[in-house]
Amino acid sequence: MKLKSTLLASAVTLLPVAGLAADMTVGFSQIGSESGWRAAETTVTRQEAESRGIDLKFADAQQKQENQIKALRSFIAQGVDAILLAPVVATGWDQVLEEAADAEIPVVLLDRTVDADESLYLTAVTSDLVHEGNVAGQWLVDEVAGEECRVVELQGTTGSSPAIDRKTGFEQALDGHDNLEIVRSQTGDFTRSQGKVVMESFLKAEGGENICALYAHNDDMAVGAIQAIKEAGLAPGEDILIVAIDAVPDAHLAIAQGEMNATIELTPNMAGPALDALEAYLADGTTPPKWIQTESKLYTAADDNQAVYEMKKDLGY
Amino acid sequence: MSATTSSVFKRILPQLIILAVVLALNVIVFPGFLNIEVHNGRIFGNLIDVLNRGAPVALLCIGMTLVIATRGIDLSVGAVMAIAGATAASLVSDGHHWTTSLLGALLVGSLCGLWNGFLVAVLRIQPIVATLVLMVAGRGIAQLITEGTILTFIDPGLIRLGAGTIIGIPTPILIWIALGAGAILAVRRTALGMLIEAIGINEASSRLAGINSRVLLICVYAMTGLCAALAGVIVAADIKGADANNAGLWLELDAILAVVIGGNSLLGGRFSILASLLGALIIQSVNSLILLSGMPPEFNLIIKSVLILCILVIQSPKVGHLIYMLRASSLHVPPPETPSRRVLTPKEDAQ
Repeated sequence: MKLKSTLLASAVTLLPVAGLAADMTVGFSQIGSESGWRAAETTVTRQEAESRGIDLKFADAQQKQENQIKALRSFIAQGVDAILLAPVVATGWDQVLEEAADAEIPVVLLDRTVDADESLYLTAVTSDLVHEGNVAGQWLVDEVAGEECRVVELQGTTGSSPAIDRKTGFEQALDGHDNLEIVRSQTGDFTRSQGKVVMESFLKAEGGENICALYAHNDDMAVGAIQAIKEAGLAPGEDILIVAIDAVPDAHLAIAQGEMNATIELTPNMAGPALDALEAYLADGTTPPKWIQTESKLYTAADDNQAVYEMKKDLGY
Repeated sequence: MSATTSSVFKRILPQLIILAVVLALNVIVFPGFLNIEVHNGRIFGNLIDVLNRGAPVALLCIGMTLVIATRGIDLSVGAVMAIAGATAASLVSDGHHWTTSLLGALLVGSLCGLWNGFLVAVLRIQPIVATLVLMVAGRGIAQLITEGTILTFIDPGLIRLGAGTIIGIPTPILIWIALGAGAILAVRRTALGMLIEAIGINEASSRLAGINSRVLLICVYAMTGLCAALAGVIVAADIKGADANNAGLWLELDAILAVVIGGNSLLGGRFSILASLLGALIIQSVNSLILLSGMPPEFNLIIKSVLILCILVIQSPKVGHLIYMLRASSLHVPPPETPSRRVLTPKEDAQ
């Protein structure tokens, strides 16, 4: 008897919710708080959903795939209209994606892709890491305009895909421009302190006056390197050109202060294009392409970096 | 006095030789290695970098040597660095004076050490497990303090601790030398060192001999926490920001390695802080060698491990005995004793 009344009560409370959710309910399974960029992505996703009047159900997986799979199953059980998934690893998604497909819930991948059949997800919204490196290299090629330039490179964590791809893209852009030469390339582990330490050794091994440009695989290493360049008595941004990737707030600040020259944005707004595609798909069945590439925007001193800094600093970077 | 000096020299001779060899390798790879210049009133050079960049591990290994001498180990020092850096950064960005922030960070570090000491000395949890707790949880605590971001600050006083200079010498160098000298004096000019060694050799009998081992153990862990906190503040000040994810990451392993290269036994007992500090400098010289060599980063860890392996092999008692035997046979002196084949394990035998 008691069980029956509980069931009845819960059915009564659930009914109006189901009626209200006529707009759109989207489940978002986020990896966790692994970096400042990830936090910004979460903030922007919430903002994007709110501005479209979408009810976003957020699940933080704390860097564990099993938590993500649980979250996906609970989204399916709740009968959401769509699922956004930022997968922590590439493999092991087939079964849960099939369950979503059976329930006819479209899944959009954010920022990373998975090793599963393409039919199991609607589309993947990611940046092109090789392209980012390419934009950085192209900027440097244009900036030095044919003059001799000895470049030092701060790589990301050895063996990580951003490090490999951003290196490849940069080298592609430099290919055929013999005036540009990468003279030193070493890992700075994507961190400020290693960026500073490794830059110190570059400055001594090559001599500060012999280095014309620095390419860092992320902004944090560049920010560390800027301090090393200053301590060596040189002017970062003038004596040594600095280009990096990510466009975190501190990089915008450095560009605004003239201590850095360019950064390429890895946009935290992966949800915007994803929700656009979802809305179109749910409205009239428009199938998006399997890969939506986000823009890798180049920021230089020509942009109002102070304003971008003010806008970005509260996103959680 | 001169007898003490010569015995100390004899103790650290292997470390001095290894350091000289690694520095010589640096000179071979990069001939300008020993050059020292002055830029903007700041001493500038690769040797200074070794002393400066070696500061965090040098500070950590002061405390680590003492803990290991008591037959313990502290895995949490890297995480305590992150907590201390985060504390200093958050206090200073809340508008506190930099000395308050420094003291706050040191206090928090000591509290972390006290917690470890409590688990080890009072609850009798094995040190490796007891400190593992804080190693795992500490980074989370640091992230809670910084709210997951790199907490940056611009206070010149705090920054001077990591990136500044005093009479042209980078501050971290002065800090670790001062703390190291202070610790060596404290343990060798008083009975403290002997008491710590007594705990490490046999805690039960040291207690029977009247040593308050419980209090001493807690103090040793608190000292390690204090050293780690100082290292954490320096690392944060160096980059003008507290990076909870990466500050001090894996440095506990480098600190333990420095103690081992310093010829200290992980089984506790006799110790030498000076030799550990030389061990820290050896590790930093190896790091410098890797950076100056210009090899692709894929080789970093391989080069480091091969060099460290060579150092440890040279220091192993078996190899020492072998060298002694070779020298003895070349001088036609009858060997004092032949090591029995039976003591070799099958694995060693196969080699």
